[in-house]
Amino acid sequence: MIKKTNSNTLFDVETIRNDFPILSRKVNGKPLIYFDNAATSQTPKQVIDVIVDYYSNYNSNIHRGVHALSQEATDKYESARQIIQKHFNALHSHEIVFTSGTTHSINLVANGFASILTKGDTILVSALEHHSNIVPWQMLCKKTKATLKVIPMTQEGILDMEAYDSLLLLCPKLVFVNHISNALGTINPIEEMIQKAHKVGAAILIDGAQACPHIKPDVQALDVDFYVTSGHKMCGPTGVGMLYAKESWLNTLPPYQGGGEMISEVTFEETTYAGLPHKFEAGTPNICGGIAFGAAIDYMNSIGFNAIAAYENELLDYATDKMSAIKGMKIYGPKKNKTSVISFNIEGVHAYDLGTIIDKLGIAIRSGQHCAQPIMDFFGISGTARVSFSFYNTKQEIDVFVEGIKRAAMMLH
Amino acid sequence: MTIETTKEELIDEFSMFEDWMERYEYMIELGKSLPVMHPNFKTKDNIIKGCQSKVWLHAVLNGNKIIFSADSEAIITKGIVAILIRVFSNQSPEVILKTNTDFIDEIGLKEHLSPTRANGLVSMVKKIKMYAIAYQTQIGL
Repeated sequence: MIKKTNSNTLFDVETIRNDFPILSRKVNGKPLIYFDNAATSQTPKQVIDVIVDYYSNYNSNIHRGVHALSQEATDKYESARQIIQKHFNALHSHEIVFTSGTTHSINLVANGFASILTKGDTILVSALEHHSNIVPWQMLCKKTKATLKVIPMTQEGILDMEAYDSLLLLCPKLVFVNHISNALGTINPIEEMIQKAHKVGAAILIDGAQACPHIKPDVQALDVDFYVTSGHKMCGPTGVGMLYAKESWLNTLPPYQGGGEMISEVTFEETTYAGLPHKFEAGTPNICGGIAFGAAIDYMNSIGFNAIAAYENELLDYATDKMSAIKGMKIYGPKKNKTSVISFNIEGVHAYDLGTIIDKLGIAIRSGQHCAQPIMDFFGISGTARVSFSFYNTKQEIDVFVEGIKRAAMMLH
Repeated sequence: MTIETTKEELIDEFSMFEDWMERYEYMIELGKSLPVMHPNFKTKDNIIKGCQSKVWLHAVLNGNKIIFSADSEAIITKGIVAILIRVFSNQSPEVILKTNTDFIDEIGLKEHLSPTRANGLVSMVKKIKMYAIAYQTQIGL
């Protein structure tokens, strides 16, 4: 049943909240207000049930047993791959590689390029990156003696596209950029960046960890070479994620790890690798995690990404207005074209102190550098406090939070 | 004043508070009243790793006692380090090394004792003990 509650859109947040058992718990004696969704999202009972069902009814290893449980688990795991394929509109299901998450996916690609890049090659990375999309490329450059160049950002926290155009004149082999910045919520113009990268013959990897909880990317329409994300940011469990790569790239890149599952024939002289995607899935995978990841995507689609985005934007506008009215408030990053993330500081108050007091009020926010130290250095600050909203949050929670920060600021001044 | 008396004093002071808010307000107060650290001591070497906010801790030897000074960007962290300084400063290395941090639990700040806690109380205590070991060796020589 859809009714009008708590929002201008047709969105029944109270019914949705009932899907999330954790939202009814208390923290420090207060009802939990969970505003750290950019770090990890909460899990609905529809996904928890799938996890319980797996371990209660058909836990077994996949792709190798002839027995019923193994067949059942294999079917469910491969169905999850198809759910993911359909969701991201990949051409083939074997273009979806299960990984342990975004970081694993990035490392898989970086490792593959170690055999492609040579001394003198250039790769580009954006200034808005999370550490997990910086460090693997630094390691790659060290190994291959390629050069890492940074696409700068403006004071507003958006990428400088003129500078990007100039950097493309260097004919980079690879470009890495996140779809949405975790620290600021900036939505990057990836369509344009992908097209421009391809014009100079560069491959491009998009880190979608922060985007996928809010929007539904179409990898074919984007014509992206690599797109990576994590299950736990989109109502799934931790420890599972995916790499989408065009079939041609998966054929080109060498395997990342050796082991069972990824081989076709093994003798002590030579091993031939398995076909796609198994070539990149060595060892027993996170079977339950993969199945639950599929269930999480189904759950989010049952609500609908348009409805999710509309409601979250409403929460963002509401919170931005309320927070802007607080004395000494400084919000970082762009005002428009961003997702429901607000990175901020209150003058004279350290983000860590704010996070500590707010936690005492049962409110979970993030404080610190958000694994994006270069962005903090850019703004000349040691860190920020960050709230990030999901479709199960409410305006009432924002009201409690705003009162909470006012109270904390008073204590800390 | 012996280290045990200081600990008792702190436990007494904190026992007056009824809720977390009063305890934190007092901690903030202690942070604010911590003597200003000489800027020369705010060196990279004196930064305690493992804290979410920057914390500096410096120690000098005065006779056979160690005098600590500290600062932090975050006021709650500064309050925590102020409590530690009140207990451990102006004590001999032997006494510092023998003293445990059970009093933190007793003053109702147990949550800060977890090693995973980002405020680095555990790292602060470790650094204090490291200074004590270093100066004990120096005095011994």
